[in-house]
Amino acid sequence: MITRNDIEKSNFKNVWVIAEVDRGIIQPVTLELLGSARTLANKRNCEVWVILLGHSIQHPELYAYGADVCVVIDDIRLNHFIDELEANVLTRLIKKYQPEIILCGATSRGRALIPRVAVLTYCGLTADCTQLDIDPDNGDLLQTRPAFGGNILATIRSSDHRPQIASVRPRVMKAMTLNPDRDGILIMESIDPRDEINNKKVVEVFHDTQSAINLADAEIIIAGGRGAHGKAGFELLRQLAQKVGGAVGASRAAVDSGWIPYTHQVGQTGQTVQTKIYIACGISGQIQHLVGMQSCDLIIAIDKNPDTPMMQMADIAITGDMFEILPELINEINQR
Amino acid sequence: MKIVVCIKQVPASNDAKIDPQTKRIIRDAVKSILNPFDNYALEEGVRLKEKFGGEVIALTMGPLSAEAILREAIALGVDSGILLSDRTFGGSDTWATSYVLSKAIEKIGNVDLVICGKQAVDGDTAQVGPGIAAHLNWQQATYLMEIRRTDERKILTKRLHENGYDLCEVTLPAVVTVVKGINTPRVPTLKGRLASLKSDIPIWTPVDIDANIVQLGLNGSPTRVVKTEPPAPRSSATVKIKGSPEHCAQELIHQLRLRSIL
Ligand SMILES: Cc1cc2nc3c(=O)[nH]c(=O)nc-3n(C[C@H](O)[C@H](O)[C@H](O)COP(=O)(O)OP(=O)(O)OC[C@H]3O[C@@H](n4cnc5c(N)ncnc54)[C@H](O)[C@@H]3O)c2cc1C
Ligand SMILES: Nc1ncnc2c1ncn2[C@@H]1O[C@H](COP(=O)(O)O)[C@@H](O)[C@H]1O
Repeated sequence: MITRNDIEKSNFKNVWVIAEVDRGIIQPVTLELLGSARTLANKRNCEVWVILLGHSIQHPELYAYGADVCVVIDDIRLNHFIDELEANVLTRLIKKYQPEIILCGATSRGRALIPRVAVLTYCGLTADCTQLDIDPDNGDLLQTRPAFGGNILATIRSSDHRPQIASVRPRVMKAMTLNPDRDGILIMESIDPRDEINNKKVVEVFHDTQSAINLADAEIIIAGGRGAHGKAGFELLRQLAQKVGGAVGASRAAVDSGWIPYTHQVGQTGQTVQTKIYIACGISGQIQHLVGMQSCDLIIAIDKNPDTPMMQMADIAITGDMFEILPELINEINQR
Repeated sequence: MKIVVCIKQVPASNDAKIDPQTKRIIRDAVKSILNPFDNYALEEGVRLKEKFGGEVIALTMGPLSAEAILREAIALGVDSGILLSDRTFGGSDTWATSYVLSKAIEKIGNVDLVICGKQAVDGDTAQVGPGIAAHLNWQQATYLMEIRRTDERKILTKRLHENGYDLCEVTLPAVVTVVKGINTPRVPTLKGRLASLKSDIPIWTPVDIDANIVQLGLNGSPTRVVKTEPPAPRSSATVKIKGSPEHCAQELIHQLRLRSIL
């Protein structure tokens, strides 16, 4: 059973980032987390540590992006994502080094791992943060996150517990500009036999070949709805996405019609996205779709009907047929 | 197989109102529904039972009115429902909620599989499923698109992630969370509806599940909501473009230039 221990807050120091490592490659969200951790650590006058769990990790020295200490466990048993093993390893490292703040990516992996760690350490965890700050009086992390599909912003504290843990949405925080002069300390750790209790096994990994860029990593999403009328419409969206280096999103209506897999669905029962640009083509903008994308920076809508909720809320609303406008747009981009 | 499906009652619309005092969501103001993701969790539980035999139990922690979603679950084919309701449960964050649910699962006893939805649409945290697994020290698998039973004590799961999916072998007992694509939920039958009306739904309190009172509700929750506010409104008014397709495309490029995007 997990019970709460009275803690001495001043024993907890430094800001940790849990790196996201996929088959040895450090994922971009890690650099964003480091950027955010650096800002917090400067306010708190402490160090940034990054924890890397994986196998054959390439270039784990992340000092140039803001880390002061890199803790690495490079082990074949960490090649695939095993929630229990990583959670046990982290819990042990947390007890050993006692960080004050831990940041983790709000990715499918981070959102599976970090709640497990938060329960095992009896710590507060705030999911999907979009803003982080420090209360200078007591070191409390002020964690702001959207709830109710972005209709409310809630600020959350965890004053009586340390470390304070937050998962952070990808693409929200800014990575530091690379500073090759920064240096730091490398700490090599290893898996303890006790970490391995109760593990499962990953049998095989498949990668979506249909879309080179996934929704979470994209800066631009080109999304289609019932107005895309079928697979041909999505082919057009894919062409534009390829041109601009974006990903393809979809409304539920398009997914339910079988034009594109569920992994592309944006909205209440799909993914929540927060990209720089979101182009909605033939999506009317029912509330269940809007809650998944209304926090994007720039929203562009293309629809035959100028009166839809999406056309009303968009920053730029183009009235017209997507089958006529998109080829013109691709043309224009080609000419540049 | 003995299966528990955790379900949550959520506000029907995202027009949430906030109590200025407690900073918590006012739940009485709007109509409540079953969390949409939990519908897939229920369907998956019922399908596994139909294939392999056993029992499916729906479990929820919430106000007395949450009984409604348990009856809905029974109408969909679940055998019975249990309501965890007590003043001391109020204000629980995901740590305390997953603690309470895990204690109830221990009390039910001999459970092989716990199924949760991917996330609840009010809080959007996706923490309760892994939280329950951690409290029980069971294996977990999240964002599942498929569950296959491979032997008495094992399931093969298809886990969705950003770049595709993986196949993961999980040893029971375990906690899983499911996404929308995993199945198509059925609509309740007349027989199911009648069963749901007749069913007795027990109400469990902290004593019934042998919960440690200091780990419940606001007291047991490590997080506190200290402020809630609406997000900043979208800054600009809508720029409207219409005309020939060529004009629309050029005008859009122009607009992107103005914003220094191109
Ligand atoms: C519990 C629940 C959960 C849900 N979750 C989600 C979710 O996660 N994501 C989601 O998207 N939806 C979700 N929905 C469904 C949602 O309510 C809408 O039904 C759905 O978003 C509508 O999709 P759409 O906008 O593509 O279709 P429609 O509403 O039919 O809109 C199609 C639009 O295309 C336009 N159009 C047609 N032809 C053209 C053309 N040639 N060129 C340009 N425009 C054209 C039309 O004018 C129209 O505005 C959910 C619903 C429920 C009840
Ligand atoms: N109060 C609750 N009672 C029962 N199950 C819950 C409760 N809260 C959350 N869950 C389950 O946990 C899942 C994830 O919820 P959340 O972590 O709140 O996003 C839901 O889909 C439910 O299956």
